Amino acid sequence: MTPAAVGSDPVDGQLLAVDGVSVRLGGRQILDEVRFTINPGELVGLIGANGAGKTTLLRVILGLQPTTAGRVLIDGTAVSASRRGLVGYVPQKIQLDPDMPVRARDLVGLGLDGNRLGIPLPSRRRRQLVDEMIDAVDARAFANQRVGNLSGGEQQRIMIAHALISRPRLLLLDEPLANLDIRASNEVIALLARIAREQQVSVLISAHEMNPLLPVMDRVVYLAGGRAASGTTDEVIREDVLSNLYGYHVDVLNVHGRLLVVGHADDRFEILAGDESAAAPGHPDHAETPAGHQ
Amino acid sequence: MNRLFYPGFFSSSPVHIALVVGGISALVCGVVGTFAVMRGQSYAGHALADLSVTGGSASYLASISPLWGFAGMGVLAAGTMDMIGVRNQRGRDLATGIVRGAGLGLAALFLYWDTLRTSTTGASITILFGSMFTIGNAAIPLVAAFGLPALFIVGLLFRPLLLSSVSADLAAARGVRIRLAGLACLVAIALAVSLAAMTVGAILSTALLVGPAAIALRLTSTPGRATIAAAAIAVAATWLGVLLAYDSFTWPPSHDGWPVSFFIVALIFVAFLIAQPVGRRRIRQVEG
Repeated sequence: MTPAAVGSDPVDGQLLAVDGVSVRLGGRQILDEVRFTINPGELVGLIGANGAGKTTLLRVILGLQPTTAGRVLIDGTAVSASRRGLVGYVPQKIQLDPDMPVRARDLVGLGLDGNRLGIPLPSRRRRQLVDEMIDAVDARAFANQRVGNLSGGEQQRIMIAHALISRPRLLLLDEPLANLDIRASNEVIALLARIAREQQVSVLISAHEMNPLLPVMDRVVYLAGGRAASGTTDEVIREDVLSNLYGYHVDVLNVHGRLLVVGHADDRFEILAGDESAAAPGHPDHAETPAGHQ
Repeated sequence: MNRLFYPGFFSSSPVHIALVVGGISALVCGVVGTFAVMRGQSYAGHALADLSVTGGSASYLASISPLWGFAGMGVLAAGTMDMIGVRNQRGRDLATGIVRGAGLGLAALFLYWDTLRTSTTGASITILFGSMFTIGNAAIPLVAAFGLPALFIVGLLFRPLLLSSVSADLAAARGVRIRLAGLACLVAIALAVSLAAMTVGAILSTALLVGPAAIALRLTSTPGRATIAAAAIAVAATWLGVLLAYDSFTWPPSHDGWPVSFFIVALIFVAFLIAQPVGRRRIRQVEG
């Protein structure tokens, strides 16, 4: 059984089908035949250590990163400029200067028409749409403040509103929980789960820490060394599947409900996932090392 | 009334020209400058200003309006900076620095030839520090012709430029062609700087580009209002500068008048200092 084949094969009618996508950059294999699908309204976690290829995969789905092989289908059609409206995107950590005169509601409004030419004219309909979206993410209290003055959790909610206001069918979030405290993190997760359920938007969340997402994830895409395994948590977070993916033996431990993935390489134990240290900045290539041994 | 507007202010032709040329230049600088500051391109603005010295001094040698030289060189430099590569902040600063150094070397040569060969007195002073009361009538249509495209670019790309200054990734995901938008913005900055060079001189031109925008960004809460406020501040400082320079013909030490550029830049600087605490209080209020 190859790791990529854990989940079901791409079938028509699925919202997103990533079909054997490979990306090679500067002689490095960033993604290696990644294959998974997402159904409408599903919340899927894209789990992997820093450097495992999460951001590259999201950029491929957005149509910003060319692939060496494979294809991405959104609602049965290849990604292209005209289909961009179907995908909303929240990039990794945005740093805004408090001196920038951009209020939270301005940023949400730019989600509606930020790519349009000409000077925006105020309209009641536009204002109404922005207000609705601000309410949908519980951001009314700080809607008129400068984005640069908001806390990490508040900024994340505004970014989600920005991405959702154009009514995409798929929402991609790159490490939305990084740098958030536990409370803000839980709020963002609850919000995303609600959005997926109520608006039938499929949500793909990349994270190096899977435990906060365990209660809400419908399925998981686990990336290691550019290869992916996908399916339900029970199908994927298993010793046989992950050992196959990493290319050496790993244990999956359940510590009071928290899942830890522990690898044994060169007589050393390493926590590969499930703990903050798995993604410590000093070890950006945890996931690449085993892949390179193959 | 006579104490503020000395006799002859409103009937003097050089004053009229100075008010029109300065007004248009300030308007364009305020609008374009707001985006230059928001996008973190103030340094590129400085470099384009230095490079316009090269163009200005070359146009004296060719006996054409210095505005052609200011703008031509600025646009050329903007294109070069874009070509060299603008992947990240460091790359951008490096590209800017290299082009800037090469341009200023040429400027040294041209200014030297200007002083040797041309009969125009004070070419260097005019290029470097401006000379608003000696601009001919013919410059007005030229100033409008360079100012309008700059305003058009910012008006057309208002939202894409704003979005990409928040996050380039975000703009790209929305289908904004970031590089093209960035180049267009740089060209608008080059045009604005060349107009400022006509008004306050090439050396001081970024003061008109960056100063009013920096003040406006402190005092206003939306991008649209910041743009309008920056334009208003720039025009007010320029017109007040022209007035003070006219009045200063009666001032010590020699009753020859003080340079307009000095007044404009000094007014902007004072306004910036006043705006600091006001802006801080305002940002805090918005927070609470």
